[in-house]
Amino acid sequence: MSFRLDTGGRFIDRSKPRSFTFNGKAMRGFEGDTLASALLGQGQMLVGRSFKYHRPRGIVASGSEEPNALMNLGRDKTFEPNARATTTELFDGLEAESQNHWPSLEFDIGELNAKLSRFLPAGFYYKMFLWPRSFWKHVYEPIIRKSAGLGRAPRHRDADHYEHFNATVDVLVVGGGIAGLQAAKAAGEAGAEVLLIEQGAHWGGRAPVDGAVIDGVPAAEWVEATVAALGAMPNVAIRARTMGAGVYDHGYALAYERLTDHAPDPSLPRHRLWRIRAGRIVTATGAIERPLSFAGNDLPGVMLASAVRDYVTNYAVAPGKCVVVVTNNDDGYRTALTVQEAGLEVVVLDARSEANGPLAEQARAAGITVRVGRGIESVKGKGKVEKVWVCDQTRDGSNPDPIKADCVAMAGGWSPVVHLWSHCGGKLSWQEDGAFFRPDPERAPNGADGAAFVLAAGAANGELETAAVLTDAYVAGARAAAEAGATGTAGAAATADVELSEPMLPVWNMPERASYALRSKAWLDYQNDVKVTDVELAAREGFESVEHTKRYTTLGMATDQGKLSNINGLAVLAGALDQEIPKVGTTTFRPPYHPISMGAIAGEARGALFQPVRQTPMYDWHDANGAHWEPVGHWRRPYAYVKPGEDVHAAVKREVLATRNSLGLLDASTLGKLVVKGPDAGKFMDMMYTNMMSTLPVGKCRYGLMCSENGFLSDDGVVARMDDDTWLCHTTTGGADRIHAHMEEWLQTEWWDWKVYVANVTEQYAQVAVVGPNARKVLEKLGGMDVSKEALPFMQWAEGAIGQFSARVFRISFSGELSYEIAVPASQGRAFWDALLEAGSEFGVTPYGTEALHIMRAEKGFIMIGDETDGTVIPQDLGLNWAISKKKEDFLGKRAQERDHMTDPLRWKLVGLETLDGSVLPDGSYAVGEGVNDNGQRVVQGRVTSTYFSPTLERGIAMGLVELGPDRMGEVIAFNRVDGTFVQAKIVDPVVFDPEGEKQNV
Amino acid sequence: MPSEIPRMKREMSRYSVFAVAREAFRDHQGWTRAWGSPEPKRKYDVIIIGAGGHGLATAYYLGKNHGIRNVAVLEKGWLGGGNTGRNTTIIRSNYLQDPSAAIYEKARSLYEDLSQDLNYNVMFSPRGVMMLAQTEHEIRGYKRTAHANALQGVATEFISPARVKQLCPIMEIRGPRYPVLGALWQPRGGTARHDAVAWGYARKCSEMGMDIIQKCEVTGVRSQGGKVVGVTTSRGDIDCDKLGVVVAGHSGHVADMAGFRLPIESVALQALVSEPIKPCMDVVVMANTVHGYMSQSDKGEMVIGGGTDGYNNYTQRGSFHHIEETVRALVETFPMISRLKMLRQWGGIVDVTGDRSPILSKTPLENCFINCGWGTGGFKAIPGSGWGMAELMATGYSPLTEAFGLDRFSEGRFIDESVAAGVAH
Ligand SMILES: Cc1cc2nc3c(=O)[nH]c(=O)nc-3n(C[C@H](O)[C@H](O)[C@H](O)COP(=O)(O)OP(=O)(O)OC[C@H]3O[C@@H](n4cnc5c(N)ncnc54)[C@H](O)[C@@H]3O)c2cc1C
Repeated sequence: MSFRLDTGGRFIDRSKPRSFTFNGKAMRGFEGDTLASALLGQGQMLVGRSFKYHRPRGIVASGSEEPNALMNLGRDKTFEPNARATTTELFDGLEAESQNHWPSLEFDIGELNAKLSRFLPAGFYYKMFLWPRSFWKHVYEPIIRKSAGLGRAPRHRDADHYEHFNATVDVLVVGGGIAGLQAAKAAGEAGAEVLLIEQGAHWGGRAPVDGAVIDGVPAAEWVEATVAALGAMPNVAIRARTMGAGVYDHGYALAYERLTDHAPDPSLPRHRLWRIRAGRIVTATGAIERPLSFAGNDLPGVMLASAVRDYVTNYAVAPGKCVVVVTNNDDGYRTALTVQEAGLEVVVLDARSEANGPLAEQARAAGITVRVGRGIESVKGKGKVEKVWVCDQTRDGSNPDPIKADCVAMAGGWSPVVHLWSHCGGKLSWQEDGAFFRPDPERAPNGADGAAFVLAAGAANGELETAAVLTDAYVAGARAAAEAGATGTAGAAATADVELSEPMLPVWNMPERASYALRSKAWLDYQNDVKVTDVELAAREGFESVEHTKRYTTLGMATDQGKLSNINGLAVLAGALDQEIPKVGTTTFRPPYHPISMGAIAGEARGALFQPVRQTPMYDWHDANGAHWEPVGHWRRPYAYVKPGEDVHAAVKREVLATRNSLGLLDASTLGKLVVKGPDAGKFMDMMYTNMMSTLPVGKCRYGLMCSENGFLSDDGVVARMDDDTWLCHTTTGGADRIHAHMEEWLQTEWWDWKVYVANVTEQYAQVAVVGPNARKVLEKLGGMDVSKEALPFMQWAEGAIGQFSARVFRISFSGELSYEIAVPASQGRAFWDALLEAGSEFGVTPYGTEALHIMRAEKGFIMIGDETDGTVIPQDLGLNWAISKKKEDFLGKRAQERDHMTDPLRWKLVGLETLDGSVLPDGSYAVGEGVNDNGQRVVQGRVTSTYFSPTLERGIAMGLVELGPDRMGEVIAFNRVDGTFVQAKIVDPVVFDPEGEKQNV
Repeated sequence: MPSEIPRMKREMSRYSVFAVAREAFRDHQGWTRAWGSPEPKRKYDVIIIGAGGHGLATAYYLGKNHGIRNVAVLEKGWLGGGNTGRNTTIIRSNYLQDPSAAIYEKARSLYEDLSQDLNYNVMFSPRGVMMLAQTEHEIRGYKRTAHANALQGVATEFISPARVKQLCPIMEIRGPRYPVLGALWQPRGGTARHDAVAWGYARKCSEMGMDIIQKCEVTGVRSQGGKVVGVTTSRGDIDCDKLGVVVAGHSGHVADMAGFRLPIESVALQALVSEPIKPCMDVVVMANTVHGYMSQSDKGEMVIGGGTDGYNNYTQRGSFHHIEETVRALVETFPMISRLKMLRQWGGIVDVTGDRSPILSKTPLENCFINCGWGTGGFKAIPGSGWGMAELMATGYSPLTEAFGLDRFSEGRFIDESVAAGVAH
């Protein structure tokens, strides 16, 4: 059983005890502990259950590669599932709970799966659960779903907040070990702007634990001095608890800073996502130790040798009293020496036939038993390590001899952390002597200039000895700075003595010729329960590509993304296929390096800041006066103003009638306003619109149509000619940005030599539609410019003053009423609105919303973009031929509209529709025809495009597109309801109100 | 037509719970290969380029429905490794336009029995798909789709916000920015296991004696007198009477080899998954106004997708800005995901046509057929597409593919689905 040592612990402060709970049980640790070290310190070896077989599992690692120790943390609004105990810093009051078991961690029904494991090999679910058919959804899948998954689902809104930082640097150094520190120092000394980030809370990485000596002093001292030196450099920024999460094209990188996870403080953002643009990125992300594949290697108490060393040195936690170190390389001896020094018993099993390197000799000299050529046949125990059966590594495991032990430390060699290098296409090469993949500098991620923008340094670059790490990192840092444009020179590189070591021996199966029974208990992927035999089965069944094997067995697909299992799995696959490892290749590394919170990705954009509402100057008035809001694009517009005691429908009806009978006001500020200006503007306008716009006289307005290249109607609006070379284009509310972009696209890609500028001035003006028989009267009452019929006839505009407001007045109408649309500077909008309300009170002035607007336009048979059009409708379908110039040689959509299908006489055309019983036609209903088509679908001959209850006519009105519609006036056709019944409606003229236009032209 | 005797049918283990039990007692040593690893023959009746879902399904139905078994499927990488193995597996058929509804509903109904048909559990899970209406405009659009579906024989329903909440309790339906106003609900839509679909078809094709040849890149298309006669590949020349090009994002390339052009753009579509958690969401939700969709896989991961990158490219890498946009939208829609963590993001190159509908068509090169343009939403179509494509290749006509010909672009007969779906999948 693990326990806390009486002395030592680099990171812990014994004077600051911390209390926490695990599965409701009170426990204690120290300031500086991780949750993992604190649990081990309390003797808690069993920390979770695996994904598939619900096997009891303990802590394996000491960092983010940990596969087993995943916890539910906190509660309610600060609850987080799947938090790694090894990267969770302890604080007072921390609540942790193990996952994936029922009813308890110690006794889990799901463990039955482990008993049945021989029936549940890789891919078993593809071969089973086939009958009866309906059982998959109703029986099998629910059971599988329930037993899968890890942590509990949060149930509440997150109490914390998050933020984003943007940074632009010359050199981003990822990793705060000695390589990262040295690279950052070299780059900083050369004058580059440097950002150095480290995922953990401490600087220095492995070197201080591994006992390195740098520049003649212990690594920890060198680290402290170097961090201080970097802190003093104005061009260098350093951040701990900040992980390099992803590398993307063009030197874009993401970093993930955890600000309060270790010390909750609701006033601070919990996480911060850094969006970094770096000239060069140095990945100094270190290396991760590999487990060894022997039977029972997943029992609690079997750990990475480096982790054992970390726990002893950094946290003064002993993972057990009797430790068996099993190794295939010299590094394992460091662990043996460390645990012996801590007073624990230790035996080394070295898979190599001999071990005579300095570390092995040192171990022997210290009295440690070293057994060479040995491996582990199996580890046995009930939910924990009790006995280790030792065997000849080169044989099949027969005649093993037992050692009593409570901890096994696996030293299987190291794999450089190549994730960030690989995210953006960096390739790897296989290094035979360390048996690992390392970044191939010849095939680095390239920037736009073809040069490599990621440089790997230190252990991440495959350098495992301190001296080589420092030199490599120094070179990388200096080169990154120079390539990013820094002109200074770096100071000297730090030095270390060259350490001699003997070659490691790749060991992929332990023992080498282990039987099926042993291999079926040797775990590769702990979290997903993938064993050696699973990978072999996949290979046997033809899943030869490494991607197939991964997907078939789920190897490397757990939340650790195979940090421990990938290379071992690959090697087993290569063995099964009788291929070389590099030929099998790796699976793809994808961001993020380590999971990052959704909250951090979303950043500040939540609640009110999620897509901030665009507001017109009159927004507050609307809000205070019962606006029932409707989102339109990023705006919100009042759908109707609901008065107390009224429902929305009543409000709409009131608004329509008041406008038709006296005076209505519409906040039309959201309509798009694009200014098109320049010597070639007329030519440009003629290309954009179907109408002839170049000949529009100054002072006049014209209703214009815009089509896509495919001929489909995409937007409409009134265009006003402002002066010789200036046009003002009104667009729909939702269309303004889209049309602006559309214009720019043509100007920038096709007509780049035309002298035209487009400016979107939508927000510069507030615009009010003053509508109804009393519209002119209210304006005259306010005084100012002449708005009489003679001075300002229909479809003209003029500039002047309305009351004390300088205004641009357009005599246009979308309602069929006498109507003025008046633009004033946005800053005057609210005052202007108030003035109109006050002056209009004697006429019962009634602000109206979008629904009244829609109804009034439908009564007049005016089309609405998005209702009558849907991207498949051409102006000709809508009877708008009059707005298509026949004199122009070309305009966008012209050629398209000449294609066969566009000129087909059977195209559906716009008509009015009137139900026989006066009811409102269902929205979106289709007119049915005779019979069914070749696919058995009911034949259709038209559809409803707009349908409303008309308060003016007191019955339903509708528009629709019907095959040969305009030729079939008076005919009655059937429209469907979703319940399978039909409504009869008569084809009529779309204009049902004031067809002569008597009201608008007064 | 058969020119060479097709390979003998391969002997394969039949999958069942009994077979698994039997194998359990002999260390699973008795399982045969799921598919062969043959050397290419000199000539086939039909060659399909691309062992994605669509290519494999085309081959399968050529054999099953039309008795054409002297078929090779050539794959440059590993089978199922294109978009078929990278998608977010949403299956629905609530499309607006008749031709779309026909082929997607055919596919969906084939999915219902696919596991049994293939003797391979593809885990089709008809858990229901809802598409949220968050603007008045969307309400009208979905109501229209519901009316169209009613006449197309596709079971859908426009449901109230209360019902939305009942079906998906983790959703915030009251906004604040975009309250949920209703949803189009297809109760028999759902998800399936993407790899299993490719593997199941591949296994059956192989069993019928077809050759699935992986690591075999087609580098040229050979023709004589305007007719296709074979292909050039990284493993030599192979002849054929008919050629089916089913290569998704690489369609432009291969069409170029065959001497014609396609109205296709290739762009990266992004997706991501969270870490796995216990079941909390039993339906698939798509929110087009805010741009995002989400479902929970059987493993427990929240599977999330959004939009395509704004520029054309062929790298299968994920960029980040769309991930950000999508996650933002979904944290707003499902506030509980804020404290979940993103495990992995990736991208796939999708082949997008001007009208966002696929192309299943004859081509200017005689006996050369093309199936592409599935863009962001072709996983759901795999069985129907294979069915129709096989019929087209075998007989020259299929009602399922008729409207999806290449000529529609020159005639302007688009099948525009963007009407109903802002984000497609
Ligand atoms: C992120 C993402 C999410 C998606 N989500 C969904 C969803 O939820 N629902 C849905 O229905 N659809 C979805 N899709 C779309 C769906 O994945 C695709 O439409 C579908 O898988 C396409 O299948 P395919 O067989 O046509 O193409 P692929 O699976 O891409 O297969 C094409 C194959 O052709 C091979 N090939 C290419 N060139 C050659 C050559 N010269 N020689 C030989 N072989 C070649 C490729 O290697 C590849 O294997 C999504 C796509 C992506 C990328």
